Amino acid sequence: MENDYINIILADDDRDDRLFFTDAFEELRMNTKVNTYNDGVELMDFLNSDDAIMPNVLFLDLNMPKKSGIECLNEIKASGKMSEIAIAIYSTSASEEDIEETFVLGANIYIKKPSDFKALKKVLAEVVSINWQYHTNSLNKDNFLLRM
Amino acid sequence: MKLFIKFDFNTICKKVLETKLNELRIKYRILAFGEVELLEKIPADVYEALSNALKDYGIEIVENQKSILVQKIKDVIIDMVFNEESTINVKSSVYLSEKLGHSYGYLSNLFSEVTYTSVENFIIIQKIEYTKQLLLSTDLNLTEIAFKLNYSSVAHLSTQFKNNTGITPSAFQRIISKRRTIAQQKN
Repeated sequence: MENDYINIILADDDRDDRLFFTDAFEELRMNTKVNTYNDGVELMDFLNSDDAIMPNVLFLDLNMPKKSGIECLNEIKASGKMSEIAIAIYSTSASEEDIEETFVLGANIYIKKPSDFKALKKVLAEVVSINWQYHTNSLNKDNFLLRM
Repeated sequence: MKLFIKFDFNTICKKVLETKLNELRIKYRILAFGEVELLEKIPADVYEALSNALKDYGIEIVENQKSILVQKIKDVIIDMVFNEESTINVKSSVYLSEKLGHSYGYLSNLFSEVTYTSVENFIIIQKIEYTKQLLLSTDLNLTEIAFKLNYSSVAHLSTQFKNNTGITPSAFQRIISKRRTIAQQKN
């Protein structure tokens, strides 16, 4: 278990958001590997490739060009090999409709992007820690809903 | 038609263990709390075959001493939460340290070091997990569940649920039931 690392992916078209995200994980004392993709098409191409290692948790921006977060979510949920990935929606919107809709479509986590770096680190640490408990303790993933 | 299913993880695990151990002709004795005693030395290839066979079921052979103790802490907590009759009115710190023969300080430090969470938080996660399960698979309402899980009040459970998941118990029920409706329409 000591050698395990947590495999994390972010798909977000905003360059600054991607940078903040990877910086935040570098400062957290967690054993993580973070990969980022610039839009939904890039992300799905990767996940669909034969030798892709599925992440433990996937952070998905809702508003992306070419393929939106919702479209990715639907494709992932319809796919057998990706169904184990915990999906975290990572969005600037905090509308109740968006939140409930994405949960109903199968997202596990909904995060409103925090405005400052300190808050971001705190939120990401908490999300990854709770997700890790689901991953390592055979908790029922169908019942895993978390809103931050 | 819809079937509502309730299962007991301990029974399932025990059954899987027995089947796999028998298949590999290993002589064993199953002890309490996720411990299996092998009654004779087994060759490395058999050990590996067992480890792989169990992995398919999400069962992992825990190898080092720290991980073993952490796993025991988790097992005691899960048993404490899910078999609530066994522990009424016992403080969890006292219960853990009596059950495992180490001071609570030692157990709690070790636990935080290995699991990315604390013992206290792990207990809450398990209680919320049990609450979710009860909400979805029984007719109990939140007040009855709060009583069953030894909460001082329904408000306390409700607040803890919201703090832990970010959503209220009723929103949780509504979302899961919408998901089920959609899944049914697809079939």
